[in-house]
Amino acid sequence: MSERAQRLLELADDELIVGWRDSEWTGIAPTLEEDVAFSSIAQNEIGHARALYELAAAELGTGPDELAFDRRPDEYRCAPLVELHLLDWAHTIARRYLYEEADRVRIEALKSSDDAEVAGLAAKIDREEVYHRLHAELWAARLREEPRFRDAVAELWPYALGVLPPELRPELARRVGLEPASNSPLRAAERGSHTEQLRELWEEMTEVRRSAPGAQW
Amino acid sequence: MDTRSEEFLAYVQSGGQVEAGDWMPDEYRQKLVKFIEMHGNSELMGVLPEREWILKAPTLQRKLALTAKVQDEVGHAQLIYRVVEDLGKPRNACLADLVSGKAKFHNVFHYPTLSWGDVGVIAWLVDAAAIISQKALLKCSYAPYARIMKKICWEESFHILHGRDVVLAMMTGTDAQRELVQEALTRWWPPLMQFHGNPISREEDPMYVWRIKSQGNEEARQQFLEGYVPQIWELGLTVPDPDLRRSEDGTWEYTEPDWDELKSVVTGHGPRSQERLDFRRRLLDQEAWVREAVLAA
Amino acid sequence: MTVFEVFRQERKGQPFQHAGSLVAPDAAFAEAWAREQYGRRGESAALWLVPRDAVHEVVDWADEFDLKYRRVDGYSIKARLAEARERAGTATA
Repeated sequence: MSERAQRLLELADDELIVGWRDSEWTGIAPTLEEDVAFSSIAQNEIGHARALYELAAAELGTGPDELAFDRRPDEYRCAPLVELHLLDWAHTIARRYLYEEADRVRIEALKSSDDAEVAGLAAKIDREEVYHRLHAELWAARLREEPRFRDAVAELWPYALGVLPPELRPELARRVGLEPASNSPLRAAERGSHTEQLRELWEEMTEVRRSAPGAQW
Repeated sequence: MDTRSEEFLAYVQSGGQVEAGDWMPDEYRQKLVKFIEMHGNSELMGVLPEREWILKAPTLQRKLALTAKVQDEVGHAQLIYRVVEDLGKPRNACLADLVSGKAKFHNVFHYPTLSWGDVGVIAWLVDAAAIISQKALLKCSYAPYARIMKKICWEESFHILHGRDVVLAMMTGTDAQRELVQEALTRWWPPLMQFHGNPISREEDPMYVWRIKSQGNEEARQQFLEGYVPQIWELGLTVPDPDLRRSEDGTWEYTEPDWDELKSVVTGHGPRSQERLDFRRRLLDQEAWVREAVLAA
Repeated sequence: MTVFEVFRQERKGQPFQHAGSLVAPDAAFAEAWAREQYGRRGESAALWLVPRDAVHEVVDWADEFDLKYRRVDGYSIKARLAEARERAGTATA
């Protein structure tokens, strides 16, 4: 698999899995107004995943659904942050906030890529992400004094670092204002190994599809 | 009934529209709140059987579509509870009455969903049954409710198409997929037949008398059968009612639904009633701090 | 907690029409939520979000005297026009 395809799958898998996690809130978010808005974010992420899979699929000679659903759990390239099952609001918003900050750093890098297709898609994604960031910042500001939220951000910080390659992490630390103590290295939950939670998610995500392999739905 | 209420009744019966700030008889206000609240509760409870399948959707397209559909239902709940709030009952009170079992929600949302076949059948036929009622509500005497029905009906039209598309994909798929659809239809038919309520005549239905509903229960059911049984039969599916037939004068005959079952289900004794209410209650409790943090500005 | 009235414009150039309301702690949240409730399908060109308190409602009118002189339906020129055409010799058969 080419470098390009690997990078695309990393992004696509991140967006698919975080979108899947965010879609868990549809119907059960803390307020009805927020439920509707949050569901759009989840759908947007799935949409981004689909567009990224399409680019990778063209190169790999397959289709977006095949890439999204028909790999084994250990073949996915998502970062551990997105795999975590966080069905409480403080952790969910903490992840949204951190993920959007990390995503912004890498999207900025991709927008200036020599690869026109990737740069173009990154620009499109970025334009939609503007609203995700506004939403995340709105909630982060409102929950700033809430210990539950602050604790969740601290807990998820190593995972957030793991979303980015090492050279981009200082930028993330600068933006989020979570500089670690100067005498300890930035420790991250690295991309490359998976949590048990991904396997559970995968079982549920692929249950119907696996019941009739190759079938149309 | 006092004179003022009699005049009000004559007014709504001749097509008069009522706004939130208008005087209205207590009986009208109570019936209105109860009716609209039940609608809001139904949208909110209806998302629970469907959201399980968002997570299991077998393609990206279906996942997006189903998420969007459930999102619409939540949006409808928001519009509907706002109308109830403006009639004087706060959202928290509605939710409290819902999870305590005091307030009701429609029968269909008390049943389990067992397969992807259910996903198609619900989006196609349950939403179809609902849209028939909702189109009639466009003429509700209470204008704020009639107005939100416009947006609701517009959004529901995509649900039915999506549902039918899901069913058609399976009916043109493997034998096992066709069997999933048939099995789901067989299970959902009795609740569908009960959905529009027992065949009380319009004149005896207070909701019709006050022109909250503009159509009787049986009228709605006949519309459903007329519109959708041919669509079901043309796919080679079997409706589990051997007596279902269209008579010469155009009315549909069918086996009388079990009205005791309907009553039992909507009073909280359906197969999933308590489990779903418990789930809602747990989540409301778990996320109460969020509402306090955000909404107590 | 504020109730915000939502007015939406379907397409540029069209009037803003009342579309519903939502509850939000402030305008920023109201915007985030209204964007999705009233625009996730690209169905609105623009929205106005107005705190309910800012809406001053007017519902009653004095309707005592004949105001038809101010309206089109207060004028019936058919008979006079026919007579004028007669006099001018321009009446058609």
